[in-house]
Amino acid sequence: MSDLLAVTGVTKTFSGLRAVDDVSFTVEAGEIVGLIGPNGAGKTTLFNVIGGRLPCDTGSVVFDDDDITGWPPHRIARRGIGRTFQLMRPFGSMTVLDNVTVPAATGVTSIVEAREQARSVVDRVGLSDQVDDLAEALPTAARKRLELARALALHPRLLLLDEVLSGLTPAEREPLLTLLLDIRGEGVSLLLVEHVMAAVMRLSDRILVLHHGQLLASGTPSEVTSDPQVIEAYLGEEDLLAGS
Amino acid sequence: MRARLAEAQSQLLVLAAMAAILATVPLWLHGSGRTVAIRVLISAGVGVGWNVMGGFAGQFSFGHAAYFGIGAYTGAYLLVSHGISPWIGMVVGAVLAAGFGALTGWLSFRYRLRGAYFALATFAFAEMLRLVVQAQGWLNATQGLQVPVRPESSWWMMQFSTTSPNYYFIGLALVVVLVAITILLVTSRRGMFIVAVREDEEGAAAAGVDGTANKVAAVALSGAMTAVMGTFFVQVFFFIDPELAFGPAESVAILLPAVIGGTGTIWGPVVGALILIPLGEWTAGIVRDPPAFLDAVAGRSGLDLVLFAILLILILLFLPKGVYGSLAHRWRR
Ligand SMILES: Nc1ncnc2c1ncn2[C@@H]1O[C@H](COP(=O)(O)OP(=O)(O)O)[C@@H](O)[C@H]1O
Ligand SMILES: [Mg+2]
Repeated sequence: MSDLLAVTGVTKTFSGLRAVDDVSFTVEAGEIVGLIGPNGAGKTTLFNVIGGRLPCDTGSVVFDDDDITGWPPHRIARRGIGRTFQLMRPFGSMTVLDNVTVPAATGVTSIVEAREQARSVVDRVGLSDQVDDLAEALPTAARKRLELARALALHPRLLLLDEVLSGLTPAEREPLLTLLLDIRGEGVSLLLVEHVMAAVMRLSDRILVLHHGQLLASGTPSEVTSDPQVIEAYLGEEDLLAGS
Repeated sequence: MRARLAEAQSQLLVLAAMAAILATVPLWLHGSGRTVAIRVLISAGVGVGWNVMGGFAGQFSFGHAAYFGIGAYTGAYLLVSHGISPWIGMVVGAVLAAGFGALTGWLSFRYRLRGAYFALATFAFAEMLRLVVQAQGWLNATQGLQVPVRPESSWWMMQFSTTSPNYYFIGLALVVVLVAITILLVTSRRGMFIVAVREDEEGAAAAGVDGTANKVAAVALSGAMTAVMGTFFVQVFFFIDPELAFGPAESVAILLPAVIGGTGTIWGPVVGALILIPLGEWTAGIVRDPPAFLDAVAGRSGLDLVLFAILLILILLFLPKGVYGSLAHRWRR
């Protein structure tokens, strides 16, 4: 089996609301999979289930041949799944470097080594100039990079990226897109929630469409955008598809 | 690259320099002034202990008397009933306090107590210990325990003549050790994890850091550090009872130095203690023996505490991050 991640029959309800409804899919090693869907479709909830932040009602999540269903989030992170938060969660009173040293230090016992690793990740995401700034003082674009840096410092095999590109100007997006392709080039898989359609279409090998918690369609970018069901689901939100 | 190690080294150097200066205090400070100095040291020590949990780990404790009392009673009981050295009592008390902290901390985090509810739980645990100890005949119930006076001085039994500077030196050494522990903690991996969990527990979990384990570790360490000062307190004042050891007044006295000086900073509780204790002495003195125009307040008991409280409120109004915390913050910017 070459699947890195296998999500099978996952359902998550919030007091009656089926936020994620019997969703199954896989992500292969080195693959970029886009996860799209209107607001409230359940994308973030699905990430929370995979990352261990929320328990699922039914279903299973298997990562790299380990059944990680029900594992606590810190253990899943150490096992090799890095994630970013749509609502960013920096360690406000810590410097950028310290923010990134924390995940690096979960993998090595030497703080000096963790710091060196963090330093190179910070350089890589383009935050070298802010390395000693407090995270709480960073503007949004830099915070997005910091989220990514923190996830990368875990040396993950899979990255769950929740809207890392939204809220950025096209000029700010471009280097990040290049970086994401670079990361994939190293064999890391990406599962990407994104509202910026142009970016999703360009990056993704495959796209999953979530609607009212259910998987509505999956396929290559061109297959998905020509799917009548998908067009129907996005009715009134044409602007989202317009970018493609 | 080695900034953290360098930071630890420079802070330890500052500590060593301060310790050297403070070691000269008994040369020029005698009598009641020296007792005040020893109270400053006790206040600084418990404040440094509280700060690990309430400051760095961000888990506000309103019941640190539990740990202080465990240290005080363990040392006192082993000494009074079994003639065991307070040094051993200090270690045993610290271990027991760490165990109590780990257990109660784990329970509180397990049941997701946060903020005010968590603080109330710590208060309840301290009150529980107070009530339990009050009911124990073998601990002399509400009467408390008295340290037997020995005919001769003894380092091993931590007892000296009342004019000896040794109490001061021991207190200073304990505070230096506790501050050194704090410095080593905050510049370590563990310390970073503890602060990260305080800043954002979910973000920390996504970074591979176990929130509960790190919070429990901080509570246990904080409890042990505070307990050490409890054992020392009994040796200095020769007496402990359940109210002194476990009472709410003690819990407040323990959290004040860090709050006034600056929580989550290395030097905050030390600065806080240096302000608090002399300030308390001063307000007590004013009321006991007021200047002519304040004659009316003479001897009004309780008035000094009101004055003391007003001054503390004023400090926090103008320096909300505490005296050291606010100044350090301004310095940084
Ligand atoms: N913690 C929660 N409690 C209750 N309802 C939630 C919670 N998280 C998400 N939801 C609901 O679940 C649905 C899916 O939300 P979400 O996963 O955030 O969607 P998306 O990320 O696709 O915009 C929404 O209707 C949202 O209101
Ligand atoms: Mg979302």
